[in-house]
Amino acid sequence: MLAFLVKRTANAALVMLTVAFMAFMIFRFVGDPVEMMLNEQATQAERAELRERLGLNDGFAMQFVRFVTNALQGDFGISYRNQQDVMKLIGERFPATFELVIVATILSLVVGIPLGVITAIHRDSWLSDTLQMTSIVGVSLPSFVVGIVLILIFSITLGVLPAFGRGDVVQLGWWSTGVLTPSGRAALVLPAISLSLFQITLVMRLVRAEMLEVLRTDFIKFARARGLPARLVNFRHALRNCLMPVITMTGMQIGNLIAFALITETVFQWPGMGMLFIQAVTFVDIPVMAAYLVLVSFIFVAINTVVDITYAVVDPRLREDAAR
Amino acid sequence: MAATEASLGRRIRDSELWWSLRRHRAAQVAIVMLVVIIVSAFAAPLIAPQDPYDLASLDLDNSELPPVWSADGRWPYVLGTDVQGRDVLSAILYGSRVSLAIGLASVLLSMAVGLSLGLVAGYFGGVIDNVLMRIADILLSIPTILIAILVTAVFRELLPVGLRETLSAVILVCAIALTAWVQYARTVRASTMVERGKEYVLAARLIRVPASRIMLTHILPNTLTPVMVAATLNFGLAILIEATLSFLGVGMPPTEPSLGTLIRIGNQYLFSGLWWIVVFPAAQLGLIVLAVNVIGDWLRDALNPKLR
Repeated sequence: MLAFLVKRTANAALVMLTVAFMAFMIFRFVGDPVEMMLNEQATQAERAELRERLGLNDGFAMQFVRFVTNALQGDFGISYRNQQDVMKLIGERFPATFELVIVATILSLVVGIPLGVITAIHRDSWLSDTLQMTSIVGVSLPSFVVGIVLILIFSITLGVLPAFGRGDVVQLGWWSTGVLTPSGRAALVLPAISLSLFQITLVMRLVRAEMLEVLRTDFIKFARARGLPARLVNFRHALRNCLMPVITMTGMQIGNLIAFALITETVFQWPGMGMLFIQAVTFVDIPVMAAYLVLVSFIFVAINTVVDITYAVVDPRLREDAAR
Repeated sequence: MAATEASLGRRIRDSELWWSLRRHRAAQVAIVMLVVIIVSAFAAPLIAPQDPYDLASLDLDNSELPPVWSADGRWPYVLGTDVQGRDVLSAILYGSRVSLAIGLASVLLSMAVGLSLGLVAGYFGGVIDNVLMRIADILLSIPTILIAILVTAVFRELLPVGLRETLSAVILVCAIALTAWVQYARTVRASTMVERGKEYVLAARLIRVPASRIMLTHILPNTLTPVMVAATLNFGLAILIEATLSFLGVGMPPTEPSLGTLIRIGNQYLFSGLWWIVVFPAAQLGLIVLAVNVIGDWLRDALNPKLR
């Protein structure tokens, strides 16, 4: 067990180190940091002074080590565009993205699981065929197209839901939340739907596949033979045995959703990390880009590692496979 | 050669793939739809009512016209015009051509890279294999869309200003291929490792067929079935990623718009009530990806020996 733990953690650390290296290369070699930070009238002396202060005259390895040490302490430098601390900028935007992703995840489970169960129980019926077909449509529509269509229908034509922004937010310490005000909740609806649509189809397909497996097993046949009501058999006995992979996938998808949220945030002008990142890309604000890359990858890698380790704790076979 | 051609038609008709296609209505519709879209896109200069890049053909009198079936619509602007008087249908046809070409090019590039690396890694194993799979692991542990955005942004910044717009398509193809080759490499590597131990490969090695030739003419053909399915689904994905990047403003420039760029531009006029500028390019994009995905799903089932 210990061998597996060490190996898996080392693996995650290696991935993170590579990501940090990519971020460092972008920071160091895409554009000259000194030129980006100073204005054009800066004297030669000022330039040399800043170069020295940023440590750009040190050796390559030394600079990378310093970059990683700073990143570990949450220091990604100063934004080129508005001269603010990058970590502070991201920290301000994080709650907006986090709330959006969590609501979308809950939505995908609440909608996706029942749909998956229905298509599995009534397979080969017209309802199941229609839902299966709709799920392919759901996978094929780009999420920004979904967002635009939702805005067109619910904001412009019907005028019932806001098309952009977060509504009124309440500050709880450093966390700003939109779920406590009516306008904040209304503003969440369309972005959350558009972000969760793809996830809903994933959950639905997974639940369907798992249910079809479980429904074939003996204990389900036995439960039916005992005369238990169909609803009880399907939801209590069968569905419960499908939930483990669904929970795993949902967990692992959270990192992906955070990345995908940048598209949704652009469509709905949602003031989250993703929009900060896209603006940073447009203005070549390298420190913000580098920090976002490291942060999102970290969330992604951390969740995957925790899931893998949990599985190894639960299932000893996986441990032996990996330790070999 | 005439004999082989005749038997080719026969072979297609007798093949299991054809048989399964005849029973799959959705795939038939999707294939017809995709063929129509591809032909109309590449024939755009011949059939489009207007050349949307030719500023001389634009007329401000014809700007902001709604589609032809609404009261203010006017022929020949079937799907209406944008704020500069550009015909939306023509823009879509030319835009689809850009989207399809980029999708196709990136699938070909990622396939070439993935197939060769996968073959080499699977055939020789050892250090090459280890290094390659590590790189694959790392690429898979960062969200695809993030890699694609960063690569385009970095490439663009490194190029001289004058070249940035002209080379947009090349940059996009490289960025998308970089995210997609891993899948081919993994698939081919896995099947190569199985094939490597089989007798026909041992026999070929025994009579000293060079390794490159064994890989290309003996092993490669036996690994292609899963690659075909992956390539189809990746074609849809590549078009989707390109559209997303263009929509976010890091893809094709407005001077040479893809469907994503058209949607990005149209999105600005959403609140002015000019819905047709954004809805029709979006629908075309959705149709292309939908058709490709339906075909990919059908191929996956039809070529899966377990489901036969």
